[in-house]
Amino acid sequence: MVDHAAEPVETLKTGTPEDAAAYLLEKFPGAVSADTRPGFQGVIVDPAKLVEVAQTIKDELGYDFLSSATAVDYLGYGDHLEMVYHAYRISGGTALNFKAQTDRENAKLPSLVGVWRGADFQEREAYDLYGIHFDGHPNLKRILLWEGFDGHPMRKDWKEAYYEDELKPFDSRWPDGGGVHRSEEKNVFGKNVRYPADFDLAKLTDISEESLYKMAGVDVEMHAMDDGVRTDTLVVNMGPHHPSTHGVFRMIISLNGESINTLEPVMGYLHRNHEKIGERNTYLMNMPYTDRLDYLSSMGNNLGYAIAVEQLMALGPRYSPPTYRAEVIRVLMAELTRIVNHLWSIGFLLNDLGAFFTPMLYANNEREKILDFFEAASGSRMMCNYMRFGGVFKDIPERIKSMATMVNDRVRDYDTMQFLSQMINERLPRFIDEYDRYLTENEILRERCIGVGVLPAEDAINLSAVGPLLRGSGVAYDVRRAEPYSIYPELDFDIVVGKNGDIFDRYAVRMQEMRESLRILRQILPRLEQTKGEPIVSGTQAYSPRVPPGESYGRVENPKGELGYYVVSYGDDKGTQNPWRYHVRAPSFINLTALGPMTRGMKIADVVTILGSIDIVLGETDR
Amino acid sequence: MYGMGILKGLGITIKHFFATYTDEIRYGLRKYTKAVDNFQIRQGPETKGIFTSMYPDEKIAVPERFRFVPFLVVNDDDHPDAPGADWCTACGICAKVCPPQCIWIVRASDPNTGRPVPRPDEFYIDIDICMNCGFCMEFCPFDAIKMDHDYELASYDRTTVHIHDHERLIKPFSYWKSIAPTTATEEAEARGGWEHIDVIKERKKREAAAARAAAAAQPAAAPAPQASTAAETPAAADVAAPVAEAVADAPAPVVDEAEEERKKAERLAKREAALARKKAKQEGGDN
Ligand code: SF4
Ligand code: SF4
Repeated sequence: MVDHAAEPVETLKTGTPEDAAAYLLEKFPGAVSADTRPGFQGVIVDPAKLVEVAQTIKDELGYDFLSSATAVDYLGYGDHLEMVYHAYRISGGTALNFKAQTDRENAKLPSLVGVWRGADFQEREAYDLYGIHFDGHPNLKRILLWEGFDGHPMRKDWKEAYYEDELKPFDSRWPDGGGVHRSEEKNVFGKNVRYPADFDLAKLTDISEESLYKMAGVDVEMHAMDDGVRTDTLVVNMGPHHPSTHGVFRMIISLNGESINTLEPVMGYLHRNHEKIGERNTYLMNMPYTDRLDYLSSMGNNLGYAIAVEQLMALGPRYSPPTYRAEVIRVLMAELTRIVNHLWSIGFLLNDLGAFFTPMLYANNEREKILDFFEAASGSRMMCNYMRFGGVFKDIPERIKSMATMVNDRVRDYDTMQFLSQMINERLPRFIDEYDRYLTENEILRERCIGVGVLPAEDAINLSAVGPLLRGSGVAYDVRRAEPYSIYPELDFDIVVGKNGDIFDRYAVRMQEMRESLRILRQILPRLEQTKGEPIVSGTQAYSPRVPPGESYGRVENPKGELGYYVVSYGDDKGTQNPWRYHVRAPSFINLTALGPMTRGMKIADVVTILGSIDIVLGETDR
Repeated sequence: MYGMGILKGLGITIKHFFATYTDEIRYGLRKYTKAVDNFQIRQGPETKGIFTSMYPDEKIAVPERFRFVPFLVVNDDDHPDAPGADWCTACGICAKVCPPQCIWIVRASDPNTGRPVPRPDEFYIDIDICMNCGFCMEFCPFDAIKMDHDYELASYDRTTVHIHDHERLIKPFSYWKSIAPTTATEEAEARGGWEHIDVIKERKKREAAAARAAAAAQPAAAPAPQASTAAETPAAADVAAPVAEAVADAPAPVVDEAEEERKKAERLAKREAALARKKAKQEGGDN
């Protein structure tokens, strides 16, 4: 029991989440209760007190970083919607998990944007997909779907166009084949021209354009500049079809002269309701789907998901953790992925700066070599689908070897360990040094990056920024150290931080992080040799494992930042085969919260570079 | 000096530019002979310049584990017992594990009794939906569905040709061995021979029975342990030998003659049908 009157505040800020929960229970009697569902942690907060409790959590308990805020629909189990928040301390440690519940009808909760601005996009997402209204949210609009969309698709009773059944596997597939069909034939939209008789076209009306521009202030507004020149506000639409936006991403920018007044990101063009698909899937089926999130770092995505589900499995009696060799291989893959991703992101940053494709292709040349290894190990260059619960798919192959089976096939054959050590010890370090010489001192790059798009450290934390964006601002926060997973505790590496939080620092952090990754990889190589021949999975792989009830939040330091998976197994005491809730805390998505604040007052010409320095990938942003 | 950084950068660009040609000079015309595997070098970790492969004149062969749209394994056409027989037993696991649910299977049933038989009547994969995850191959207990290497599946009309039916899906076992020799060998070792796992099990059972019968026929003086070793030895030898030889020859089964005769006729008919099919396919391809 914590006595908050006697205890100095400092211990509160370093205590465990259990201490924090106890403190909250005592401080807010009646408004805070422990979550007693089996396998669940944290506290449930009365919505009326939510803001107050959140403020306490942040100020008194020191949980200054809101990692994830997401909703769950408990239809049929109390019929309420639940917001789940995971808050962390930037100094490290485990999560304080708190929840607030509301009715499905007339769902309403107070907004926490006033406490953590990082809740902004996440609450908008919950509003969009679950229909929870957040009182006090400054800009409560749909974010992934368009304004005027009919319904809230993540609710359990919402059914998609291809709807066939609640859960996979679908019964029609076997043993009778169910009359083979292409799923597009089941689409209510047919081949996109036929509508069902009772379909109301009015429901499809897209009113988002109007509201977007209204918010940017299209009505002509005159501004007097310092020198007495008068200008009007100009609204510029950038994207979604714009090569520099790294995908289909759009920004509505209102300008005063050349300076930016407001910038409103518009996304969702690649939205496929990944999470709904995930809830229909079995646990294992989600693995290849995670590849498609941040498709440049599929190995990292796999790892995060495997960790989340393994945490749940660990609640059951028959769980064996991944073998040591599996962990070694996982880290090998994750760090190679980091290099792959950073090469790509630096290359594209240069593209954004106008150094068209030469630096990009040099970086890509190295990336291809790593992908060759991924392909030989997992069967695919980008959609690796390599991790499994309790291990990995297959051991790394003896040789990176190809088979000539088609006309004109040219064969390559390398010894895997030799290839890896050549890459890690010679080729990549040499390349990174050269790349560094090539770019870092380039005056154009420096002029355009130094002092541009500054994100101060406090803002970065408050906006839930992660990854190189956060570290570029000088915050030494890295999940690999803050809440270590896999074998990172035994590996020797440093967290790279910047100083000024500008584009250049983010660039420099990425460059240096590649060197740190190589340092880790050099420690991995001997471990790979030592563990040769050891098993790569623990236990046997079931094609549809039963996962004990409970919740878990598994997170990894992906190249783009903290990637978290919130997975809930619910509804069956013996364990479930399909997740009740599957949520992805996508770093690209939440990092975009900082785009608006970072660009304010900057010049329009810098927008593309600032966006490039966040390093987003739309597969993950839009999900 | 201001501008030094840019100049240095340009120097590096020039270096990259020339590195591509020094390679050309290093190998000279030998590049076009078989003597130097220039491809292996210029696509490997030691190369300095930037090289692309000249698709489609030159394709980078894909590694063994490469996975693209699955195919179904059937016996080779010159299989002695059951040419062209499906390895798939229509157990349905692949259809259940498939994440986008793009596999449809109709299990065959006996026309007389209506009881299900372990064979697919129809087998469909919608390759538009297939995400090439490889789960079907990973979890098939009969090694009957494998991921292909043929990635050139472009077609003019997706609505008619992108649902692969049984006929389109089947490929002989020898094909699998040719595209993935290491994996195929590992799998054969796990199964205990190059045959379908059911055939191997059946054979082992028969051998065990035969050994038992032999042991029973032996004078009572023969000690029991010997009998058991006799039962084990052939099975163990089986594992190594056929894998090494890459040919499986099942020992003659002990069945009554009429049955044997009937089966033989059936086999012959099947084999002929398979050969005819193969021929038809070839002719079809020539047109
Ligand atoms: S898992 Fe294998 S044996 Fe079973 S239905 Fe699929 S292909 Fe046939
Ligand atoms: S590769 Fe994956 S998606 Fe394709 S058929 Fe097999 S299980 Fe289904």
